[in-house]
Amino acid sequence: MKLSDLKPALLLTGGFFLLALQGCSSVALQSDKLLETKPPEFMQPQEISDVAFTPQREYQCGPAALATVLQWRDVSVTADDLVDDVYLPGRKGSLQVEMLATVRRYDRVPYVIEQKMDALLQEVRAGNPVLVLQNLGLEWHPFWHYAVVIGYDLANDKIILRSGEVKRHINSFSLFERTWRRANYWGLVVLPVDRLPASSNAFSYLKSVVPFEQLHKNDIALKAYKNALQKWPQDTNLLMAAGNASYTQKELINAEKYYRQVIQNAPDYAPALNNLAQVLSEQQHYKAAKAYAEKAILHADKYKAEYKKTLHGIMQKMSYSRH
Amino acid sequence: MLNKIRGNRAISSMLVVLMLFLSIQPVVNAAIVNTTDLVAEQQSAIDRDTLLKSLDRKEVQLALVAQGVDVKLAKKRVASMTNEEVVALNNKMDQLPAGSGIIETVVFIAIVLLITDIVGWTDVYPFVRK
Repeated sequence: MKLSDLKPALLLTGGFFLLALQGCSSVALQSDKLLETKPPEFMQPQEISDVAFTPQREYQCGPAALATVLQWRDVSVTADDLVDDVYLPGRKGSLQVEMLATVRRYDRVPYVIEQKMDALLQEVRAGNPVLVLQNLGLEWHPFWHYAVVIGYDLANDKIILRSGEVKRHINSFSLFERTWRRANYWGLVVLPVDRLPASSNAFSYLKSVVPFEQLHKNDIALKAYKNALQKWPQDTNLLMAAGNASYTQKELINAEKYYRQVIQNAPDYAPALNNLAQVLSEQQHYKAAKAYAEKAILHADKYKAEYKKTLHGIMQKMSYSRH
Repeated sequence: MLNKIRGNRAISSMLVVLMLFLSIQPVVNAAIVNTTDLVAEQQSAIDRDTLLKSLDRKEVQLALVAQGVDVKLAKKRVASMTNEEVVALNNKMDQLPAGSGIIETVVFIAIVLLITDIVGWTDVYPFVRK
């Protein structure tokens, strides 16, 4: 074989290798900063060692990782059970959407964490294993993989995972971050309704609960909102959500209480005024209901027609009750 | 009202992010403005149209079946998705990441990945010390 025959192959290999490295080095890793600054809150090594280990079967890291985090939250389910819920034979894998939907099916809240190493460490430190999507390969040749981060040791540069067939898979911070970054830093904690994520704010948590309402699991949503209000008692969005979920659950007195709280903080907020009017009307407090409905119309947004309908309904009931 | 909402950071962030939770089905009990409505209120007509167009549960169900999922299971799986999730999957099921671990690959790429594993860019081979 002549050298000239080899040239294209060499060029190709070199080219691919450069391609492989391309993009990897351009943006600094969050890990570099963490390792350099050594934030005191993350210096204590953490490992949630009681998290069960479910070795994955071929291509079934989705069911295995999901079983691991669900079992940690007292759901008795095995990876084999979850194959029917999340495995997609044609893709030989599991989609993120179906992972989330399945967590909800077991009445646990799936909370997708912020795309940051800090958020991941915060959750692990708080005892919440984080299910992560990784791309173990390269951007142009991905190997998508689900694993569960159960620990870290910043001083010794270790991230500890339950991964595939390895019970205690250890990565350096930078290796882990590279594989995680290639999957857009997607991480999920699974929580019962009475436990909040460590890294969320009121709004991002609310966002992870709202889907339960669409799935007609209002009782779950209400419990989660109530629990979140213990941490963020004055949050308008949470108060509205708790009011609405209470209303749907026919807990009118509670709904009234939540709407009144919103109005106390924001007296002209039309949706709260309207909803309070409706709840009062259903408790036969027509006079008060009418006043709130009128105020809602006065401060109306694009829902003016709805508010007028509310007022109309109240007036009708008022006239019936007089006869 | 809109100006007021714009002025309120908490609520305006809600507009942006909760757009995801727009509900298409008409609310049967229209007496209260529900949490999903509060969001829908801020939804622009274009977004709503786009969402309506791509919200097709049957389509996603068929796509699951085409990917080898049993017909009955496919129905159940789609039923447990929100509207937004159905939209996210519609027409994209073969492109979205599907976590599976390591799949066989051709020798040439396997060698490139061995090198990238050794340099610490990738995590394909468990036997490579990282």
